[in-house]
Amino acid sequence: MENLIGLLVLVPLAGAGALLCGGRRLDRGGPWLGTLAAAVSFALGVVLFADMLGKGGEERTLDVTVFQWVPVGSFRADVGFHLDQLSMTFVLLITGVGSLIHLYSIGYMAHDERRRRFFGYLNLFLAAMLLLVLADNYLLLYVGWEGVGLASYLLIGFWQHKPSAATAAKKAFLVNRVGDMGMSIAIMLMFTTFGTFAFGPVLTAADRAGEGRLTAIALLLLLAACGKSAQVPLQSWLGDAMEGPTPVSALIHAATMVTAGVYLVTRSGAVFEGAPDAQTAVVTVGAVTLLFGAIVGCAKDDIKKALAGSTMSQIGYMILAAGLGPVGYVFAIMHLVTHGFFKAGLFLGAGSVMHGMNDEVDMRRYGGLRKYMPVTFVTFGLGYLAIIGFPGLSGFFSKDKIIEAAFAKGGTEGWILGGAALLGAAITAYYMTRVMIMTFFGEERWRPAPSPDEPSAEPAAGDRAGGMPHPHESPRTMTIPMIVLALGSVFAGGLFSVNDAFLKWLEPVTGHEEGNSPLGALTVTAATMAVLVLGVALAWAQYGRRPVPATAPPGSALTRAARRDLLQDDFNHVVLVRGGEHLTRSLVYLDHKLVDGVVNGTAASVGGLSGRMRRLQNGYVRSYAVSMFGGAAVLIAATLLMRAV
Amino acid sequence: MSFPLLTVTAAVPAAGALATAAVPAARRAAAKWTALVFSLATLVLAGVQLARFDPDAAGPFQLTESHAWISDFGVRYELGVDGIGVVLVALTALLVPFVVLAGWHDADPLEPATPSRRWRPTQGFFALILMVEAMVVISFEATDVFVFYVFFEAMLIPMYFLIGGFGDRAGERTEDEAAAQRSYAAVKFLLYNLAGGLVMLAAVVGLYAVTADQLGHGTFSLTEIVQARGSGRLHFATVTERALFLGFFFAFAVKAPLWPVHTWLPNAMGEATAPVAVLITAVVDKVGTFAMLRFCLQLFPGASTWATPVIVVLALISILYGALLAVGQRDIKRLIAYASISHFGFIILGIFAMTTQGQGGATLYMVNHGISTAALMLVAGFLISRRGSRLIADYGGVQKVAPVLAGTFLVAGLATLSLPGLAPFVSEFLVLVGTFSRYPVAGAVATVGIVLAALYVLVLYQRTMTGPVEESVRAMPDLRVRELAVVAPLIALLLFLGVYPKPVTRILDPAVEHTMSQVHRTDPQPDVRVSNAEGAK
Amino acid sequence: MNPVSYLYLSALLFTIGGVGVLLRRNAIVVFMCVELMLNACNLAFVTFSRMHGNLDGQVFAFFTMVVAAAEVVVGLAIIVSVYRARHSASVDDASLLKL
Repeated sequence: MENLIGLLVLVPLAGAGALLCGGRRLDRGGPWLGTLAAAVSFALGVVLFADMLGKGGEERTLDVTVFQWVPVGSFRADVGFHLDQLSMTFVLLITGVGSLIHLYSIGYMAHDERRRRFFGYLNLFLAAMLLLVLADNYLLLYVGWEGVGLASYLLIGFWQHKPSAATAAKKAFLVNRVGDMGMSIAIMLMFTTFGTFAFGPVLTAADRAGEGRLTAIALLLLLAACGKSAQVPLQSWLGDAMEGPTPVSALIHAATMVTAGVYLVTRSGAVFEGAPDAQTAVVTVGAVTLLFGAIVGCAKDDIKKALAGSTMSQIGYMILAAGLGPVGYVFAIMHLVTHGFFKAGLFLGAGSVMHGMNDEVDMRRYGGLRKYMPVTFVTFGLGYLAIIGFPGLSGFFSKDKIIEAAFAKGGTEGWILGGAALLGAAITAYYMTRVMIMTFFGEERWRPAPSPDEPSAEPAAGDRAGGMPHPHESPRTMTIPMIVLALGSVFAGGLFSVNDAFLKWLEPVTGHEEGNSPLGALTVTAATMAVLVLGVALAWAQYGRRPVPATAPPGSALTRAARRDLLQDDFNHVVLVRGGEHLTRSLVYLDHKLVDGVVNGTAASVGGLSGRMRRLQNGYVRSYAVSMFGGAAVLIAATLLMRAV
Repeated sequence: MSFPLLTVTAAVPAAGALATAAVPAARRAAAKWTALVFSLATLVLAGVQLARFDPDAAGPFQLTESHAWISDFGVRYELGVDGIGVVLVALTALLVPFVVLAGWHDADPLEPATPSRRWRPTQGFFALILMVEAMVVISFEATDVFVFYVFFEAMLIPMYFLIGGFGDRAGERTEDEAAAQRSYAAVKFLLYNLAGGLVMLAAVVGLYAVTADQLGHGTFSLTEIVQARGSGRLHFATVTERALFLGFFFAFAVKAPLWPVHTWLPNAMGEATAPVAVLITAVVDKVGTFAMLRFCLQLFPGASTWATPVIVVLALISILYGALLAVGQRDIKRLIAYASISHFGFIILGIFAMTTQGQGGATLYMVNHGISTAALMLVAGFLISRRGSRLIADYGGVQKVAPVLAGTFLVAGLATLSLPGLAPFVSEFLVLVGTFSRYPVAGAVATVGIVLAALYVLVLYQRTMTGPVEESVRAMPDLRVRELAVVAPLIALLLFLGVYPKPVTRILDPAVEHTMSQVHRTDPQPDVRVSNAEGAK
Repeated sequence: MNPVSYLYLSALLFTIGGVGVLLRRNAIVVFMCVELMLNACNLAFVTFSRMHGNLDGQVFAFFTMVVAAAEVVVGLAIIVSVYRARHSASVDDASLLKL
């Protein structure tokens, strides 16, 4: 079994290596090769899972040290894996959803000439993500952490010929790097505090480190989580990341990579529990982001960006739950898994719609598509019901528990957090209903595809550009993954909740406490249902009863701000981009004028002085004679003077 | 007497330089092959050195050679390598064949039919490169301060001609303007380094005076001085030690280069051809940081500790300042030069953090920086030679027409920004951890450097490689076989050392620990003791 | 007669020669003034020889004469060749020896 863990990472890595270095020979079979690598690692994951189920609760953890990576003095970083129930959950989610999305991409990317590389990058992503969740120390986790950042960079910027895609990719990497900075300082702090950064020793010894130190480590880890999981204040990259191909948005920017922050907080539970202030920071970040994302999601007309806002908001729920401590860990991870199903399904549905609509992304140009794309409609609809928390579907079980846990925090804090979570649920219902209605219902507001000279979003559009769209159902390779994910969004939550199966599965790793909410569980559920109905009704009143205008109305100040991501980008632009440009430009100037100037100035003054001195050498014999006489006179005078004294 | 391996390792490229220079004017190809063969022979000898070097052997230096040279002044021809020296000799010997191969056409006369018989730029170019190699190798091997000083300075002569005599195609500038800028850069390089060298000369003389005064006979031998210090026969007065330390350090700081004596580097790297730029930053500059470890720290431990706070601050400024200036550059090669300044800041920071991790990281960093910058600069050189311009704005969408070139550029760039999995990450992280455990604030500030590194690398990549295809690069050919043969091994090495740096750290570590013990510093201990049982879970 | 008076005369002659060298432009005159200064020195040497009662000063006077003779040979040759080249005997016209 130990060897299988290494293989789990190695198979997609080898796939990536083969696809990226293999040259044109692999152009044809590349997509299938990539999908095969993903499927093999999923199969390995299932084997390990079965093996784990066969063992008792305490023996389920597997630890493997493969080799010493960086041994320098007392600093020891090993390449070692740690497989427990928590990482197992992630492994299955990553490889499972990953394989489905590979399959989907075969159809989706069929017309792209660089698809071999696309699959190479996807494989690279899988390998890095698996490394992230399987690592047994923070430094190796950091390798995976940056590795997924790289894969995300490459995939967001996959259509590099579009400047917007290249910019978005760069932005994602940079914002993530800011978070990574937190991660690397956290690791350094762990090293100076504990002399190691392996999970086992750090987490067991955490309670001896003193609260101040733990708070610092926890806050730095939170910064890292914010970067990777697009939480306020490092959320600005996620919306732009939608420049990438849609399967990428589904896999990386919805189901797996962006949830790495939740994994980090859950994994480092012992550190956070020793630092209540940091936990408060975590729940604040979660609550703020879940509202922020939801509000942004309401205003976007671009279907992918609306879904991106929703992703941000849902991860806000998870972070909120993870920040609550043992009361929330299990539900954070459960919501993470169910969200992985329905959000990936929704994105794939969006991709399918775009595929049929000449890659149009503006929902105001959709409408009435349910007749033309029945499979997409049904799977998207099930995902929709799941995300808004329709009773019986996945999202209902997981989100309801988080809201309950938020109330259970107790005191004013509990009321604020619970209120925010409830409000978030209402807004979720509102914006998702809006997406649903604008896309699949109402009259057809289609328009001809942009003419070929405009840079089109997806290259496949090239062939069909110019005419009115002919919406059609997508090929089998695309619909099958959508159906599987839709099944997951319907049943996963229910299955997890039978006998509290998921809770019992994860409890040995994360620990669990029952929260006692000031409101009863039933009251919370009822309140959730009420706000759900409210949100849906509001959206229906606004978009279902009246025709949707094909161009966006100006809207209120809030709407306008929300369309611009609540002005966060403008802030970044003015403060960071402009400020940075000024700083670098003035430094370049200073380097030239000041640092170089001092040296050049010295040289120039020596030169100038020599120029002056040179004038004395005028070539007139008589002036030389004068200086000789003068010199002799001075010498004689000096001699006499010395004598006299 | 055993086989003088170290002398031969330095003599082979020197002989190669003479042989290359002697090739008749008309047979340029023969000159290139001669240079390549000799540089490969040096690589083999460096490999033999590595193989015969025993990391665990006692005593500071191995493979030593010692002969009287100028006995009146106590100058001895003493060579010897420790772990750091042997690895850096290997790095030098490894990079030079790539430099030769990458510069294969850089010194071809513009008009092939130049009739003059005496005009032999190609021969000169390769002979000078080999000359530099010989001098760098012997600088890494010298354990006598005087021998080191002689070659440390003599290196400037061939470098001066390489920078001033050979450059890129003029591009938008006229030939005269280009030549003027080249000669400006070459003179600047020479003056800065001469100034540093002169200050060092004064310190070398001072060192001799002190030893002559206290030991009865003047000596320049590193081993002898260190031993005499250890046994108490030699004692520096505090002021003398500090003055001598500053004299040595100034020369090495110019060479390294450290802010604020860095401005020669962007000019020199910008004007020189890419292979020569690699020679400057990856090979010659390493002598500066290497000498800090070997001479500054071992000869003057007390003064090193005294100067540490200031040097740490200067190194931090170098890191951030170099990175910020790299962001603001419009010229590809100058950008890489400023990035190097930032990286040298990391190396110096690691050295003066005085922790095992910091110094181990710094020495490893020297190797990794050599490889990664060589890869990045050489690919940039291939790019520039195709378009004839160094300005970033003249490129765009290159990945569409030359995907392999763009791919290798990206990997080299990612190595420069220290992406985990590639070699520089390991060393950069070690430096950061080492610094953090002694000076937390400095470590945290230096970490900002990794964000800035991402910024300048990705901006460079985005502007040159992505976006719509620029008209002028539309017909750009992808990497040729010769060029791929240069880049691919470097990238493979970056990947290998990123995943498994142990072969190198194993050789470096004992030497680093020896240095640490010379400076009488020990690592800070963690605040919380974690027992072994917990560690093993 | 008091020998010191000869010294005063010598100083006077030397000063006349020096002022002539500094102020006159004609190379021949400058040359003559240099001779005057040399002879002023000779006078001083001889006077000192007399005052101190030994022959050193007279020996030196002979040396000076020999040097002066050699100088005349070289100096006049230079002046003549400069005059041939430039048709002028002014020392200010020969000012090419500068940067």
